[in-house]
Order: sequence, then C-alpha cells, then structure tokens
Amino acid sequence: MSSSSAALQERSGAARETPVLVVDDLRTQIHTPHGDVQAVDGISFTLGRGETLGVVGESGSGKSVLGRTIMGLYTTGPTMTVTGRVLIAGKDVHALSASELRELWGGDVGMVFQDPMTALNPVKKVGVHLTESLRKRRGMNRPQAKARAAELLALVGIPEPRRRLDQYPHELSGGMRQRVVIAMALANEPALLIADEPTTALDVTVQRQILDLLARLQDELGMAIMLISHNLGVVAGRADRVAVMYAGRVVETADAAALFDAPHHPYTEALLEAIPRLHQPPHVRLAAIDGAPPNMVAPPVGCRFAPRCRYAQPDCTEAPPSLDPAMANGVVTPGHSFACYHPVNAGGQ
Amino acid sequence: MGRTLLKRVGELAAVLLIVSFGTFMLVSLLPNDPAVVILGEGREPAEYEAVREELGLNDPLPVRYLDWLGSAVTGDLGETVVPPVTDVLDRVAAALPVSVELAVLGMGMALLFSIPLAMWSAYRAGGRVDRVISAGAFGVLSVPSFLAGLLIIMVFANQLGWFPRAQWVRLSESIGDNLYHAFLPALVIALAETALFTRILRNDLITTLQEDFILAAKAKGMSARHIMFSDALRPSSFSMITLLGISLGRLIGSTVIVEYLFALPGMGSLVIGAANTGDFTMVQGAVLVIAVIYVLTNLLIDLSYGVLDPRIRRAHV
Repeated sequence: MSSSSAALQERSGAARETPVLVVDDLRTQIHTPHGDVQAVDGISFTLGRGETLGVVGESGSGKSVLGRTIMGLYTTGPTMTVTGRVLIAGKDVHALSASELRELWGGDVGMVFQDPMTALNPVKKVGVHLTESLRKRRGMNRPQAKARAAELLALVGIPEPRRRLDQYPHELSGGMRQRVVIAMALANEPALLIADEPTTALDVTVQRQILDLLARLQDELGMAIMLISHNLGVVAGRADRVAVMYAGRVVETADAAALFDAPHHPYTEALLEAIPRLHQPPHVRLAAIDGAPPNMVAPPVGCRFAPRCRYAQPDCTEAPPSLDPAMANGVVTPGHSFACYHPVNAGGQ
Repeated sequence: MGRTLLKRVGELAAVLLIVSFGTFMLVSLLPNDPAVVILGEGREPAEYEAVREELGLNDPLPVRYLDWLGSAVTGDLGETVVPPVTDVLDRVAAALPVSVELAVLGMGMALLFSIPLAMWSAYRAGGRVDRVISAGAFGVLSVPSFLAGLLIIMVFANQLGWFPRAQWVRLSESIGDNLYHAFLPALVIALAETALFTRILRNDLITTLQEDFILAAKAKGMSARHIMFSDALRPSSFSMITLLGISLGRLIGSTVIVEYLFALPGMGSLVIGAANTGDFTMVQGAVLVIAVIYVLTNLLIDLSYGVLDPRIRRAHV
C-alpha cells in the first residue's frame, strides 16, 4: 500500500524480522447437513510488517472463512475442523487458550468487517464501542478511554469526534460507520489488520476514501494488512502482493504489479478481464466468467476451475495442479506462483 | 416522543371505552336478577320492582351505561349489591395490592431465572445444557399450575416447612413477613412464565448471536460474559418484554388458582366470588380496574421499546 521508497526500504528490512503473520497449510473444514465443505484447503503465506496482501476471489471462494480462521474466530468445534498453523506475531493462534485468544484479539490483531451497518451494535453509542475494549483490555479508566476514543475517531478522519462519541450508529452515514469500525479495530494498535471486504457495502466514492484511509493508517502505524475483496480493482494499487483464491485454494499469488501485468492462471486472467474499464468503447458486453463456483461438498477432481476454464485440457480433470513457482526464461520469478497445467502469458516456459 | 405519547394515550382511551362498555354489557348476561340477589326469594313483585327502580335498572341501557361511566371516571364504582354493602372501590383497593404484588414478584422471579437460563442455553445452542433446559421448560409448561402449586406447597410448606402454607401479611404490616408469605405463591406463578421467557429469549439470543456486531465484539477481545450481557441481551429482549407486559396484565386478574391454593385475598378471588353471588357492581368495578391496569402496563411496555432501541426513540421524534 505504501508507495514511497522509504517505506519500501523499511519493508525489505522488516522482511528479515519475524513475519507478523505466518499461515502454514491452513485447512478449514465446515461440517454442514449436506456434507463437509473444505472452505479453506491448504493455504500458506507469510506477511511482514507494513505489508499488504490482497486476497481476491468470487463469493464462496473461502476468503472470508480464511480471514476468520486466521483470526481464530473459527476454530475446531462441533461445526468445523481446523488444521494447519497460524502464527500472529509469533503466537500460534489455534493453540491459545480462550483468555490468551481474547488478549490477541484485543491487541495484536484487529478486524474490519464488510457491512458497517451490521458490525456495530445498534443499541450502543459509538463511544461505548470504542471505550469498552480500551477499558477491559487496556485497563484505562473512563475519562482516559474516552479521550483515547476521541483520538481514534480523529485518526480515522471523523470530524467532531467528541460529539460522535455520544451518537448511535444509525445516526452516522455508512462511510462514517465504517470509519468507526476501523477505529474499533485499531483501538489497541494491532500489528495485523484483517479487512474483510471493507468497502463492499459502501458507495464508490466512499470506497476510495476508506481505502486511502487504510493506506494512510498503515503508513502511520506500520501494521500489516490482509485486504480481502471480491474485486481485483479494489486490491489494485493497494496491495503489495495478491493471492487469488478459487474454491478454497490459492490458484495464483504474486507481487501485485506482476500479477496485473502477466497473470498466469486462467482464472486470474478472467477476473482481470471482468473489471469494467472506462476506456472501453460503449455498448461492448462486459466480460464475465461463465458458470458458477463449484459445489463445495463435492468439488471437481483435478483443477477446480477446469469446468469453467476456456483453456481446459483432459489432464486438468485428472489431478489437482500444485502451486509452483513461475519461471521466466528458465529462471524462477521470485514471489510468483500459480497452480495450472496450461498457464497463460507463460511464453518463457 | 411527546406526540407519540399523546397518540398512544388517545388509543388507550378508546380501548378503555370499548372495554368498559363490554364489561357493562357483560353484567346483563349474569343469570341472577339483581333485585332477587338483594332481597332474596319469595318477596312481592312490587318490592323487587322498587329495588330495580332504585338501582336504575329500569332506565334505558345507554342512560345506565353513561351514568355508570360518569361515576367510574370520577372514581366512584358504586356499592356492592350483595351484603355486607360496601364501596366497590374499597374492596378493590384491598384486593388489588395482593394481586399486583404477586404478579410483579412472579414476573421478577421469572426474569431472574429465565435470563441466565436463556443465556446459558443460547451460548451453546444445541449442546447438552441447552437440551436439558429446553426439555425442562417444556416439562414445566405442560404441568398445570394447580398441580405445580400443590407440589410446591407439599415440598416447601408441608415437608420442609420453610414457608407458610396459607396466610397473607400485608405489605404495610411488615415487609419481611409479607415477602416471606408471598414467596411460594409468586414462585408458582413464576414457574410457567420462566419456561416461556426462557424459550422466547433463547431463540432471540441465538438470532442475535449470529450478528456481525457480536463477531466484532469478539474480535475486539471482549469476554463471552461481556458479550452476552452487554451486546446480546438488549437487542434480543423485545419479544420477551412484549410477553412480559401481556403476562403482567393478565396475571393481575387471573391468579385465581394460586390465590385459591394459598387462600390469598386477591383480585381473582374477588371477581370469582362476586360473579358467583351475582354482585354485578362488584364485577363491573373489578373488571374495569383490571382492564385499566392491563392497558397501562402495555403502554409502559410500548414506551420501553424506545429505551431499549435508540432507533425507535429516534423514529418518533
């Protein structure tokens, strides 16, 4: 998200530190009455301080489940089974006790939700939303917490923060509410912010403001951001790296620029084509991806995108392709991996 | 808010008018002739006629109704027909505190029991605790209250001897003694209501717990207890509060079984006694008072929605 060279240097320096987030072969299996759904199916990545990872995929691709599993909001229980490891600031999220987990949530990691209309309790004032965690988790007294809450509102660009503290969520606009939700997530200065479709429920003009806000906050606070979106357009220019998810798996991951320049997976290519562009001539049909995401109770054998893929060959339906590094002219492209037998834009291979 | 209140009060006045007319007409359905009730059998027809004339029973119905309503509005509910002749209002004033106290105590107990039970149930819906509580609630609901009352008397009064069997001490005499005597009857009332409230609140809590703001509170590191009491309870309480209002109003006049079991001088006994003896002014007066309380309770409940949900408060400004 940061574009200045100073920030880039800082990031490469940070990469040598312990990553803020390590996800290792994470799998979330949800038990439904119709059968088990592998919503997250073996995902691994790391995220360093100040870095932004964009996670992109259609509805139902498992990106929100991924976010919530990383948070530890989804854990092994009667309705689901989680395997693999998540380390946030070095702590193994799924090995923490309930109280340690609460400490983690109140401290190292914050979450921004999709719909600010539902993410705020309608019967609680804005101030209470912010002060309760400051008081419970930070041990602040009432005036301290209130002062800090006003600071937080100012930080997320809300005018007249003192007055807003005494208002109810329904008295604020959607954009303002999302700012409050972000302020809530930032209350304890997390090292990692998981933003799950933070702009989807907002007007286009407000979307931009919120994304700019997240970028500014990242520069100021140096946190890592996991930006989940169904819209590659939202992630473009905001993420340092992008992971494209399809049916619970990462099908391609690369530095943002490389991914947008030369996607290797046909699904990524199709997603990019589906972004409407202003310079398109009028009356041209918008590109769409035919078909629907697979039934996740019984996903296709082999590549899960094969049934919708225009480049599919017989071997695509035999065994799932693994996520392997991309090669250009016989040399591995650092940071770029994809899972496809018949990649596009891969002239050098 | 002011305009809403005014509108509400207007509606209530209309409701009360209808109820009062119904009450008034109801009495003409009583099988007994008031004159016979007063004088006894075997008198001269002229004597009966004189009594009817005195009571105004020979006037046309609208005139009688307006007469009665006019006095009722000024707080005069007339005198009882059946001797000993007393002011209806005095009798009501003696019986009403008993019923109100029983109803309020019963409701209070029911809330005290049902809120934690519902939370416990909803927290792990479908789990063992939830199933046990649900089964218990259905069990309690299926037991008629006279049976539950008898069982409670048998155990707590007769076997254990912790509470008195059948006595009433007025609140004005001794608060401690009064509560001591009111405990068992209130408990009987609370039982069925607890089961009902637990079911309703549990279901609403389960719905609320699916909301994003619960997840958001969790993601802020709030404890389960904090989330339950501070985030989930208030938005989930509307159905229960509505039910509470209906129950509270209903109980004022219909704790007859409990009053009977514990020999308590409440409104239920008063109305039933008066109806049996054909004391029509007593029935009219008592039913009217019950109706007024019912309607007022529900007005309070309606107003409480605004306190519970700021969006409603706002909508009426």
